[in-house]
Amino acid sequence: MRLDKLGVVIALIAGYAVGVAPFATFRANRIVAGVPQTLLASLPSWAGPTLLAIIAVAVVIGLFRTPPTLRLAASFATLAALFLLIGTAADHLTPPANTYARVSPASGFWLLLFAFALLAADSLTRLRLTPLLRILVLILAAGFIGFVLLSGSWDKLSILKEYSARADSFWAEASKHVTLALGSLVAAVVIGIPLGILCHRMQKLRDIVLNVLNIVQTIPSIALFGILIAPLGWIAANVPGAAEIGIKGIGMAPAFVALFLYSLLPVVANTVVGLAGVPVQANDAARGVGMTERQRLFKVEFPLAFPVILTGVRIVLVQNIGLATIAALIGGGGFGVFVFQGIGQTAMDLVLLGAVPTVLLAFAAAIILDAAVELSSPFHSGASA
Amino acid sequence: MIEIEGITKRYGAATVVNNVSLVVQPRTVTVIVGTSGSGKTTLMRMINRLVEPTSGIIKLDGEDNRSLPGYELRRRIGYAIQGHGLFPHRTVAQNIAVVPELLGWDKAKIDARVSELLSLFQLDPDTFGPRYPHELSGGQQQRIGVARALAAEPNVLLMDEPFGALDPVIRSKAQEDLLAIQKRFGTTIILVTHDMEEAIHLGHKIAVMDGGNLLQYATPAEILANPATDFVATLVGTGDRPFRFLSLSPAGDAVEPGTAEGEAIPASATQRDALAELLWSGRPALPVVNEAGKSIGRVTVDGLVKRASRPAA
Repeated sequence: MRLDKLGVVIALIAGYAVGVAPFATFRANRIVAGVPQTLLASLPSWAGPTLLAIIAVAVVIGLFRTPPTLRLAASFATLAALFLLIGTAADHLTPPANTYARVSPASGFWLLLFAFALLAADSLTRLRLTPLLRILVLILAAGFIGFVLLSGSWDKLSILKEYSARADSFWAEASKHVTLALGSLVAAVVIGIPLGILCHRMQKLRDIVLNVLNIVQTIPSIALFGILIAPLGWIAANVPGAAEIGIKGIGMAPAFVALFLYSLLPVVANTVVGLAGVPVQANDAARGVGMTERQRLFKVEFPLAFPVILTGVRIVLVQNIGLATIAALIGGGGFGVFVFQGIGQTAMDLVLLGAVPTVLLAFAAAIILDAAVELSSPFHSGASA
Repeated sequence: MIEIEGITKRYGAATVVNNVSLVVQPRTVTVIVGTSGSGKTTLMRMINRLVEPTSGIIKLDGEDNRSLPGYELRRRIGYAIQGHGLFPHRTVAQNIAVVPELLGWDKAKIDARVSELLSLFQLDPDTFGPRYPHELSGGQQQRIGVARALAAEPNVLLMDEPFGALDPVIRSKAQEDLLAIQKRFGTTIILVTHDMEEAIHLGHKIAVMDGGNLLQYATPAEILANPATDFVATLVGTGDRPFRFLSLSPAGDAVEPGTAEGEAIPASATQRDALAELLWSGRPALPVVNEAGKSIGRVTVDGLVKRASRPAA
């Protein structure tokens, strides 16, 4: 049988992760340096060899050219085993009745996770699943993670210990994070799409708007927050009612405005590109059959540009979920609060409590919107003329 | 009837259409021929006001075409363009239904009309109706483009190089279909092309344009016999002229009494086809049969050659 290129890479990563890198880290308390533990030392005597065997089988399946369904099954089985057993490691390594000790996944665990997630993603691509099936896989994966979380098997992991100490603020920050990312996206769509349509119709406006937005895009986020403090502070002080609805120089308002400004370029640019890509003949025919300008916009131009505009929305949403982390710097809240607190306390587990949900959210958003983009264009190849 | 009176279109200093007047008789096919940049498409687009003239009047059945808003005017006039211009995000049935929908027909009537048109163009409504344009061949797309233009039963149909993107075999089939449909519905067709062969084949009358000016507006026979200018003569092609002339009349018109040996030619074939067959098979005469397959006489090389010579002015 012939070797699979990606399989070789995955085998190398897995080999390093199992043989050299530590699987879990044990710390006497949450901020001292940790003691790395190998895979076999981290797990109870029955579990270590079992996990090794599962990994070995999956590596062999990945190494050779095997059917995508088999590769997918192997990668999912390994990922499931990793998820379930890392909880066991926490139980196994924590001395009885010790509430200060912390056990967290170490580089070997993360590398294994990465390697088999890669194998899973590759198999899913090769299977060419329909958009709806991809969303179903996402829901199943989310369901599995939710099940593991609720089952309590991870409760002794350091990241969940950090969570249990902050359960209330975690959900408050989560809702702020989502509000920031989604709210600024909605604002950008509401303003950006009509602006894009105007830019499409008026060459001069297009040059000005796209140039300004390009410049905004190059301003680093922290600098943009700084720039916004003065004008927003002025508005809060001088416009009646502004302060009451939450506008001030720091906090949620500047974060929201900054995310909104960053979101505008992809939305406007994709609207312009999408409209410009509408076939000339379709436009001519739309006028020729007697559509009014409004009918032409809504019945022909907009539906044809929609997949491209949605691609812009996808870029913005994934970008915003990541960028919203920075909002914590100016008191805007969100998962960034845990990241920056964690950095301040040199508590990596707290950093992860902010970072992991952010990554998962961005990942899920990307999958859902990719599927939506594909569903919105049943006329893939377009006109052949 | 379409009356074009002193129509001029200028873009800045450039005159694209210069003081053109012509009258198109109802239920006829008029072909506007010219090279690119001759103003032929602009002239046609001023009829349904996709382009507004700088000066002059266009009347449809005696009514100024500016008496309605442009979009309402265009809903009454069929419009088919090169490369079909189908909406890629709509199915074939939805494409055909565009104008009836804009006119507010009820759904049952629209569905019936879509099925009728698809059948007319030899496409099965259940198979082709739900397909998207990119799933069709070029010839099928072109037929849907014409079907869409005819959907609301317009009296006038404007066609801009409708067969330009088709290969020769499909093109001649599409031309025959168009002539059959024109006969059936009595639609007044104005067709723009750069192909004189197509113009002679399709047109009851031909308008030749160059540099924005109308050079000649006459029947194909007249244009072949008496080209108004050197440019028209060049467009007709002096080398092809006798054969094009023969192509205007059926073999039945050239029948002489007598008999001939060998395979017969139908009376409906053109005289050019008859002469080509004679020259190719090396025979001096061909038997001609009518629709029933009965011999009605023969055509001879000599007889056809005489007919191919320039008619007395």
